[in-house]
Amino acid sequence: MKDRLPGTIVKGISSAGILVMLFILYFLFREGLPVLRSVTLKELFWGDLWYPAESPPILGMFPLIAGTLAVTGLSSLLAVPFSLLIAVFVSEMAPRPIREFLKPILELLGFFPSIVLGFIGMAALAPWLQETFDMLSGLNLLNASLLLGILTIPVVSSLAEEALGAVPQDLRDASYALGATRWETTRKVVIPSALPGILSASLLGVMRAMGETMVVLMAAGGAAIIPKSVFDPVRPLTSTIAAEMGETPVGSPHYSALFFGGMILLVMTLTVNLLSAWIEKKGKMVK
Amino acid sequence: MRKTAAILAGIAILSLSGMAFGAEIVMNGSTTVLPIAQAAAEKYMAANEGVKISVSGGGSGNGIKAIIDGTTDIANSSRFIKLEEVKTAVEKGTYPVPFAVAMDALLPIIHPDNPVRDLSIDQLQAIYSGKITSWKDVGGEDKPIAVVGRDTSSGTYETWQEIVLKKERVSPRALIVASSGAMLTTVAKNKYAIGYDGIGYINNTVKPLMVNGKKGSVETVLDGSYPIARFLYMFTKGWPTGEIMKFINYMLGDEGQKVVASTGFVPMRILK
Repeated sequence: MKDRLPGTIVKGISSAGILVMLFILYFLFREGLPVLRSVTLKELFWGDLWYPAESPPILGMFPLIAGTLAVTGLSSLLAVPFSLLIAVFVSEMAPRPIREFLKPILELLGFFPSIVLGFIGMAALAPWLQETFDMLSGLNLLNASLLLGILTIPVVSSLAEEALGAVPQDLRDASYALGATRWETTRKVVIPSALPGILSASLLGVMRAMGETMVVLMAAGGAAIIPKSVFDPVRPLTSTIAAEMGETPVGSPHYSALFFGGMILLVMTLTVNLLSAWIEKKGKMVK
Repeated sequence: MRKTAAILAGIAILSLSGMAFGAEIVMNGSTTVLPIAQAAAEKYMAANEGVKISVSGGGSGNGIKAIIDGTTDIANSSRFIKLEEVKTAVEKGTYPVPFAVAMDALLPIIHPDNPVRDLSIDQLQAIYSGKITSWKDVGGEDKPIAVVGRDTSSGTYETWQEIVLKKERVSPRALIVASSGAMLTTVAKNKYAIGYDGIGYINNTVKPLMVNGKKGSVETVLDGSYPIARFLYMFTKGWPTGEIMKFINYMLGDEGQKVVASTGFVPMRILK
């Protein structure tokens, strides 16, 4: 009896947690799906005009989805190589005192408040970009992606560093015993065997960038267009929801469209998540 | 046991007396009117003990809906009531009564280095709908215009749409910022930008433009010569009575109008 009690408590609290999450899902679907009463699924996904306040509202989400993908893609492209090099440096190259100094700093930077970064983007980076590259406006895809890159580098690099650190020392020793140099060992032994961990760290960074709201709200420019260059302003789903939810009449098509945008985001992050789980599983099978 | 009963009775009496002496007013609606309502409510509560005013901002549409549904006493609105809303109200047996409590003017703003001084409504319309894309076409340098607008859900956007853009759509390429403050920062940091903000927000980091040759100010708004202006309303459910009437009278009187002026909006008349 005494032994069962902790088990019961764990079960009870954890199922409450799961219920809360299921409720959030239910709520998202209940508020989001009614949008299909006013527009067709095709118009919603492929329409390229977003004028939600007109009557009747024009709710084409394609530019918003394109904005989300563009910002996520570009920021990952900028951040992932940097993060991996930092991880390799910290884990394999840096002398012990430097490593011990860098690791906590990396972890700390992962919690940098995004609103501060957004403000830097709006008040400092955007004017600088404008001046330097003679742009129409520095509030654009490039600006937001640079900032999101800065935001994700600490997360990805500290996770990738952990993956590298988890490679057994025996493997390195064996490689050295065969006469390999440190760089050969890192490149041919350590990185390949940590690859699943490195990939899932990168995908976590991708998800972080996809769901980020504040930075894109302040620095991405907010125009609902499909970006043709990195200097075009974009309006990702997250910033659209954040900017428009406050003044939207509850229950209107615009309101449900914003919830529908939340559902699209959920599906997108879920896809990345499943991909990362699949990679990890595959990595285990290889071992 | 007896003690508990006594305490309960005490609480009951206290809460009853609270109901008898403390009037409560609920206000809901436009976030544009919110600063006025908030400041007026604070001043009014300080002067009238026992009155509790709760203010929240959920948008003009929500405020008017709440008046129709009877869940609020006063609805703040940055626009007049729409025909469908009147119809719904009459069907439900209520009649919302409008009180214009303040005026708001929107001023086009540009970077202080930009030589342009004056634009007509038609030029502004062409700029915002994307037909004019260079400053050269409106008397400025040969540089592209970075058009900055507000989110479609904001009351500021609604006024701009109604008076400047009329039936035209704002170009999808226009930059969109989420707040009046972000609008100021964006225009102040971009030499080629044009934006717009409520008269109360404008400071010397940006240069306000004249519209149709008229400078936006309290005087030009009040004499009706400045074109981009609108009334801000408080709607009550039927003709106001009791504490609600007293509050509306306060809003329209000199005290309330001074509060309006102090929040940066335009009062309904020139105050001494």
